[in-house]
Amino acid sequence: MKLKKKEKPTPAISTASLPDIVFMLLFFFMVTTVMRETDLKVKVVVPQATEIQKLEKKSLVSYIHIGAPTETFRAQFGTAPRIQLNDAFATPSMIAEFIDKERAARSEQEIPLLTTSIKADREVKMGIVTDVKQELRKANALKLNYSSSLRTEVY
Amino acid sequence: MARPVQEVNAGSMADIAFLLLIFFLVTTTIDTDKGISIKLPPMPEENQPKNDIRIKERNVLQVLVNANDMLLVDGQPSDIKQLKRLAKDFIDNPSKNPELSESPQKAIISLKNDRGTSYNIYIQVHNELKAAYNELRDVRARMLYGRGMEQLPESSQNEIKDFYRQVISEAEPEG
Repeated sequence: MKLKKKEKPTPAISTASLPDIVFMLLFFFMVTTVMRETDLKVKVVVPQATEIQKLEKKSLVSYIHIGAPTETFRAQFGTAPRIQLNDAFATPSMIAEFIDKERAARSEQEIPLLTTSIKADREVKMGIVTDVKQELRKANALKLNYSSSLRTEVY
Repeated sequence: MARPVQEVNAGSMADIAFLLLIFFLVTTTIDTDKGISIKLPPMPEENQPKNDIRIKERNVLQVLVNANDMLLVDGQPSDIKQLKRLAKDFIDNPSKNPELSESPQKAIISLKNDRGTSYNIYIQVHNELKAAYNELRDVRARMLYGRGMEQLPESSQNEIKDFYRQVISEAEPEG
């Protein structure tokens, strides 16, 4: 008697669990996505550097943006570089108040760990940056980070 | 006669979820904040007498940047591409040049810029000085422990950082 090979139809791979997998991924991305909190009103292209360090705790960083106003604000504010704190244009004298507010939002142990990150456009002049630095020194916010992107070639 | 309960077709669920997933994938910007960290000196107190600590000329490397982004290093016109080499020579002074620092611990780099200096060149100067220190530290780490700075335990790292202590003093702005 000849043994006949039984032809088994290959079972289709069950896709029932696919939605679950995709949903899991979806939730992961939903949770990790941080929508940009502040609308940038100034154009910022940070300078490039090689010796950069990561800022560790994002919640302990306050940002100061410096750059020329974007096109929509140019008619109103001109093209000279300006400082942006949170959502509004600011003058250097408003930095002390800004730092105070940032401190008030944190617990006491966290205050010494607060870092200020200056996100300044590479085109701006040092005059405005120096003003900001002096204000930060007055407010005793001495931990500073000049935001930069990575440059691969080394001089 | 009771009709059998019709099952909801869940086949398209995956498509919907995929669509959402792709949306979030695209909008997610894992933007890590990176940059050059410095510590500002505290504001001098109003009635504090001008400190007259004498520092030997040879222990100070003067770096001036003018409004046209031109560098002057210890009185010599220079280029950003040479700053790292000059700084390393100054800090380490392997040839015991009497014009350069006595020891790495005594070396001070003094930085002065104009209000018209561009922010970019200011960052580049900071970057090169930091690179000079990092390279010297790494060389010492390899010499003492046979490993790079990153692979060392924190205590040894601090020891090396103390040996090549980075002192960058920025001039008080005028006016």
